Amino acid sequence: MATKATEPTKSAVTRNIPLPIYLDYQATTPTDPRVFGAMLPYFTTKFGNPHSRSHSFGWESEEAVETARGQVAALIGASDKEIIFTSGATESNNLAIKGVGRFYKDRRNEIVTVVTEHKCVLDACRHLEQEEGFKVTYLAVQKNGLIDLNHLREAVTDKTALVSVMAVNNEIGVIQPLKEIAAIAHEKGAFFHTDAAQAAGKIPLDVEAMGIDLMSISGHKIYGPKGIGALYVRRKPRVRLHALIHGGGQERGMRSGTVPTPLVVGLGKACEIAKNEMGTDNERIRALSDRLYNGITKQLKDIVLNGDRDHRFPGNLNLSFSYVEGESLMMGIRDIAVSSGSACTSASLEPSYVLRALGVEEEMAHTSIRFGIGRMTTEAEIDYAIETVVKHVKKLREMSPLWEMVQEGIDLKSIQWSEH
Amino acid sequence: MDSRWTYLDYNATAPVRPEVVARVAEAMTIGGNPSSVHRFGRLACAFVDRARDAVGGLVGAEAEQVLFTSGATEANTLGLRSLARHAAPGGRACAASRILISAIEHDSVLGAAHTLDLPVETVPVTAGGVLDLGALDKMLGAGGTPVVALMLANNETGVLQPVAEVATRVHAVGGTLHCDAVQAAGRVPLDLDALGADTLVVSSHKLGGPMGAGALIVRNLTLVSPMLVGGGQERGLRAGTENVAGLAGFGLAAELALSDVANSNKIKALRDDLENRLHVIAPAAQVFGADAERIPNTTCLALAGLDNETQVIALDLAGVAVSAGAACSSGKVAAPRVLRAMGAPEALAKAAIRVSLGWASTAADIDRFCAAWSEFVARHAARAVAPNPYSRAAGAQ
Amino acid sequence: MAYGEKLIDHYENPRNIGSLDKNATDVGTGLVGAPACGDVMKLQIKVNAAGVIEDAKFKTFGCGSAIASSSLVTEWVKGKTVDEAETIKNTQIAQHLALPPVKIHCSVLAEDAIKAAIADYRRKTGKAAPAAAAASEPAKVAAE
Repeated sequence: MATKATEPTKSAVTRNIPLPIYLDYQATTPTDPRVFGAMLPYFTTKFGNPHSRSHSFGWESEEAVETARGQVAALIGASDKEIIFTSGATESNNLAIKGVGRFYKDRRNEIVTVVTEHKCVLDACRHLEQEEGFKVTYLAVQKNGLIDLNHLREAVTDKTALVSVMAVNNEIGVIQPLKEIAAIAHEKGAFFHTDAAQAAGKIPLDVEAMGIDLMSISGHKIYGPKGIGALYVRRKPRVRLHALIHGGGQERGMRSGTVPTPLVVGLGKACEIAKNEMGTDNERIRALSDRLYNGITKQLKDIVLNGDRDHRFPGNLNLSFSYVEGESLMMGIRDIAVSSGSACTSASLEPSYVLRALGVEEEMAHTSIRFGIGRMTTEAEIDYAIETVVKHVKKLREMSPLWEMVQEGIDLKSIQWSEH
Repeated sequence: MDSRWTYLDYNATAPVRPEVVARVAEAMTIGGNPSSVHRFGRLACAFVDRARDAVGGLVGAEAEQVLFTSGATEANTLGLRSLARHAAPGGRACAASRILISAIEHDSVLGAAHTLDLPVETVPVTAGGVLDLGALDKMLGAGGTPVVALMLANNETGVLQPVAEVATRVHAVGGTLHCDAVQAAGRVPLDLDALGADTLVVSSHKLGGPMGAGALIVRNLTLVSPMLVGGGQERGLRAGTENVAGLAGFGLAAELALSDVANSNKIKALRDDLENRLHVIAPAAQVFGADAERIPNTTCLALAGLDNETQVIALDLAGVAVSAGAACSSGKVAAPRVLRAMGAPEALAKAAIRVSLGWASTAADIDRFCAAWSEFVARHAARAVAPNPYSRAAGAQ
Repeated sequence: MAYGEKLIDHYENPRNIGSLDKNATDVGTGLVGAPACGDVMKLQIKVNAAGVIEDAKFKTFGCGSAIASSSLVTEWVKGKTVDEAETIKNTQIAQHLALPPVKIHCSVLAEDAIKAAIADYRRKTGKAAPAAAAASEPAKVAAE
């Protein structure tokens, strides 16, 4: 593959790769055509409100909703009645954290989470902390992005209502030890919630085997539609929560509002496909991920992989290109859609809080790019990405005063920078 | 739509318009997260921006005043709780002291009102289904800073409510007004300023857009107290990746519904024809709220002695879909709260069915409904033509 | 975000990349910014006996706007006297490249870089700055 990487950029045209190339699968995934195919009839002929009790349109929709519920449950080893449909993982996370927190507040008013969680988990916790008198512990992570279980054990107390730790990190792809975390939470009688937006359908998850009490799932991260998600809520032992959205009493009172049939059908189908194809998908994704990593590191030195090398979902490759600023690299490789942080924060100029939490120096955090590989990624796209990235990193390093100094043997730390 | 069926339950949900399906498909194909800075993200963002303009246009608001949500239920919850926390118009942080909701509000407004840790009082409606302004004045006079919830058109009867008058009165005592305009949007002209409400709610799937999208239109954004946090979408007031395809469809449905408003005479003619014919079929049939101003698509009718569940099942077997009450809570058809609030006796309320028309309705649908209903009435003639002891209470004639 | 044409041109075809001999007395070097902030600019000027900037070179670690801003100033200062070059304002740079508001700091940095290079040149040659410009630590002047 090294030979291909020396070909000029024009080769994308001769190889007939449609540009731009999408390598941002953590921000959102393309909808699988099979998913949209399954949804379509529920827009056109089977458009009933699933809560309509008085005619076939309603019954038909209701049946479709229940089938989808079963498909979601099957993906994570849950039973149908434990699946609540929501508008997405953000709502699921807010509902799990605020809902459980508020319900058990009288006896347990502590929550334990991790500094590298998704913003919506952190913000929900912060809300409970600042507005509603909860005590929240934000666990630090180790250099590899994983939590230290001993620290967790110290943080969980008899007053802890909920431990919330994400399954797969959105920025660096590391997989936390869910089963062990659950055991520690349960020792003290706390529930364990995991934000599995990036994990469901990507890594094997079994709520029973892993002891997960609540799990957030997103439709659009698993080739399903946006605007739909699910929250798994354990029934035995029963986890109770206060609803955020009240009214019609849908979703067993935990989430009111018309259940959007086409979206739910899409989520169900996406889960079914993910369950059936996870093995083959992951084999391909791993191979493509290795190809990308090897292709780049063979031609460029001083590349750092952020996050644990082994405990990770291979579809997430977060690399620091030392001495090359990430945004300028993104501009150079703008035929390739990647992210320099999570989609939510990448419009800001702050370096990623997740990378900072790993102890990555700020200057290195500024040089990182997240490559997201998924079901639709092809080998040709990866090869194009390799050659484009290598070319631009070389060019930008030639342009970089830091690279020049390091080549001259100057220690960058010895320089007094004019901070601003 | 399947031509073997006559669908007359638009107030529960409308079939998605074909143009909307195409737009949804287009947005789904493009993909992208609107928060991403690359091209896919910018394309997704453009869909959302366009939808925001269209939804603003439907209700005479600025695009900046539109906050997208997962649907009307979420928007009602978000709107009411925001006003409860910052009741004073103009954004002065001043919590409300009481909540007044009309007796005919949707379950989502009712549900939200009861979770805000404030006393909730119910404002009665007249036998005609219109908010009792005299009663409201008395209640407002009792003092305190109220948040008032009044829907623009009722989902069961279609009766339009005096929102603008109420807004003036509520603001005069320093309160705020939340207005659920789900059933009115796309059926009558709407203008946020003319209505005077502080928050307004619109739903996509009642307009012929996809389910899973709605909007809270807010006069003053500083009033909003976010419910879903973390991610910064919707200017930090409603987090969560935007339902891009759903919103794209919502936007187009809003554009199409806006042009339908101009042609609402067509729907009204169908509905008036329906009501004339059912009085011929069964002269004792009552139409709730018939004397009030209504949205042009809704008929809520009852014939004493006919059970509504039996009616809808018979109609369904005849290929006609109508409703026997709001399509919400699971399973049980609750005693129709709205009709009871209008003073209808339980027996008559339980006889009521709702026929609601929409963008794809035709004269053939009316024919088919009338034929099926007429047959049903004939079969139950003995009871149906019996003198109706409740005619006064129904308030229709 | 969408970038302007001039900005993209300077980013893709940066002018005057490279280095001059930083030890030469007729070369002034400015190094501003910090890696932790995501921007470092090195800008060098070579000044002839008449006080005219004959050559200018830069290297920049930073976003596309930072690269374009430094590329643009090297073009602008060439052929100008040192005193003239010193009057270049960040607003001119920002306007020329149509920088979005979040990128204005890149033009500030470029202005700082040229001032720092001039200060270095003056320090080496012992030529005093004209009256008002007490620009010994220009980076701090612009620091917020």
